[in-house]
Amino acid sequence: MNLNKNDQSISIFIVDDELSVRDSLTKWFIEDGYKADAAADAEEALKKLKPGIWDIIFLDIKLPGMDGMELQQRIKSIDPDATIIMITAYATVDTAVKSLKEGAHDYVTKPVDPDYLSHLVANVVKQRRLLSENIQLKERIQELYEIDQIVGDSPAMQKVFELIKTVAPTDTSVMIRGESGTGKELIARAIHSNSSRRFFPIITINCGGLTEGLTESEFFGHEKGAFTGALYRRKGKFEMANGGTIFLDEVGNIDAKAQTDLLRVIETKQFTRVGGDEIIEVDFRLICATNRDLELAVKEGTFREDLYYRLNVFSISIPPLRERRSDIVLLCNYFLKKLASSMNRPATGFAPEALERLKTHDWRGNVRELRNAVERAIVVAKGPTITVDDLPIPPTSKAAARDQSLEALESVHIKDVLEQMGWNITRSAEMLGIDRATLYHKIKKYGLRKQT
Amino acid sequence: MKLYILPLLFTDNGLLEHLSSVLSEAFKIPVSFLEESFSLEEGYDPVRNQYNSTWILSQLLSEAPKEDCKILGVTSVDLFVPVLTFVFGEAQLRGRAAVVSSYRLRDELYGLPKNPERLRERLEKEAVHELAHTFGLVHCRRPECVMHSYTYAEEIDLKSKNFCSTCSVLLDQNKGQAPA
Repeated sequence: MNLNKNDQSISIFIVDDELSVRDSLTKWFIEDGYKADAAADAEEALKKLKPGIWDIIFLDIKLPGMDGMELQQRIKSIDPDATIIMITAYATVDTAVKSLKEGAHDYVTKPVDPDYLSHLVANVVKQRRLLSENIQLKERIQELYEIDQIVGDSPAMQKVFELIKTVAPTDTSVMIRGESGTGKELIARAIHSNSSRRFFPIITINCGGLTEGLTESEFFGHEKGAFTGALYRRKGKFEMANGGTIFLDEVGNIDAKAQTDLLRVIETKQFTRVGGDEIIEVDFRLICATNRDLELAVKEGTFREDLYYRLNVFSISIPPLRERRSDIVLLCNYFLKKLASSMNRPATGFAPEALERLKTHDWRGNVRELRNAVERAIVVAKGPTITVDDLPIPPTSKAAARDQSLEALESVHIKDVLEQMGWNITRSAEMLGIDRATLYHKIKKYGLRKQT
Repeated sequence: MKLYILPLLFTDNGLLEHLSSVLSEAFKIPVSFLEESFSLEEGYDPVRNQYNSTWILSQLLSEAPKEDCKILGVTSVDLFVPVLTFVFGEAQLRGRAAVVSSYRLRDELYGLPKNPERLRERLEKEAVHELAHTFGLVHCRRPECVMHSYTYAEEIDLKSKNFCSTCSVLLDQNKGQAPA
């Protein structure tokens, strides 16, 4: 299946006596990747009609000679499976309704809203696919797409990848926890890219940056004239996410009114635009992220408990960088490779002391801070090697910089012993008082590597 | 192959210069400007208070220099094709001419504060999109590809100004072929 192009096998036929309508509709559909042709009247149309050739037929009600209503009957007898959509001017809506009773799928009035037209056709295509029972098996996700931007060999990150793999193909709501700068949005995008929704958009709502008073319009859109200056209809984020994923970033920061609005749309998958009364149905998957203690916020009554449970169905915690120090070198090289060429700078590697300093820094701002530090060093570095002087971080004593957790100390101690024994596993294990299998396990766990 | 940009009731020269460099880079072709040489009056529909983009395309074709080139009209007026309520732009598929409008891309039409940066981004995406039609590219399913078709201005923000890998290959292939 050609994933890139629209449904090229779908064919659309247009019968309209107005040349401009035939031309513009044919062109519109061809640009959309469909096969399309047109006829100016019933006679020409009947010549081009054979059973099974056209999937969708747009039929103008007013035609010279045999009119659209009569032609509809003829088409039904030639190709009962074709989906017929009537084209009408406002004056002929009654006739359009009559044609619906006689089996037309829908009708459009000229001029058509482009959004309406593309949705109408997309829905017919979907329906026809289901009808013909030619439903292809949903593609199995064999490997993770677009996670190449998430870098990490550490056991903690491997666990995160496993969780992404598990949850991505489902429709479950996901809550991503992690300190600022750990890459929560990247994780959300990876989940979306690995779900069946990947050909629909992922829409990010930054809940920390919502303007009071405009939140409702931001979520649900508004109708033309809903307030001063609203000259045209605007689509809200939830409508844009139809078929795709909504990513609520910093969800812990939304106010009480927005919490209520959110809860309603999550529960009903329906809303109305501001200033409108049409009920819009949406199909979306929800992912949210926060660095706040939401459980505490619930206890304190600043975050709705019912909303919390709706959001927190499957949780992924991203460890801070200081808890996965073994990834630092990997990340540094990744950012260097990625940034240096685009910035047209000479840097190609790090001096050992520079790497050592990067490895021992505290990184309170996590991966984002590390990326900025590498970026700055690339700018400052004069030659191919980034030295300690190019780094924006001050030297710190090893002890002060080191993570004081038992695990971190164990990792450093094992590494010291391994270095001392020249990475002889048997002798190192003896010295540490553990067996070789345990040592291998710990080397893997802490991502330890022999320095070359 | 060369691209000519023809401004039509479009006075933001800074934006035109920007478009010129974006398009030159995206299609790897030299870009020049043409002077506004015809009036849009005949393409105006007073009932709809809009301009017929198909008529503009025909005018652009007659203005295009007689050489291997594409011509892009850039306008600030509201465009339509007869069967649709509006269009952001129109192009000849595998042809020479395209037109793009900044009218519906402006935030202030939707009750939001003016945002020149966003307008610039939307216009460059739509210009790349329409021009790519003249190179034979059709709409793409990938939401982030510049060839994805969106019908709301705010949805244009969802896509990038770049071609996805497949469209990129198709563009290169089609550029190597003689125009239809």
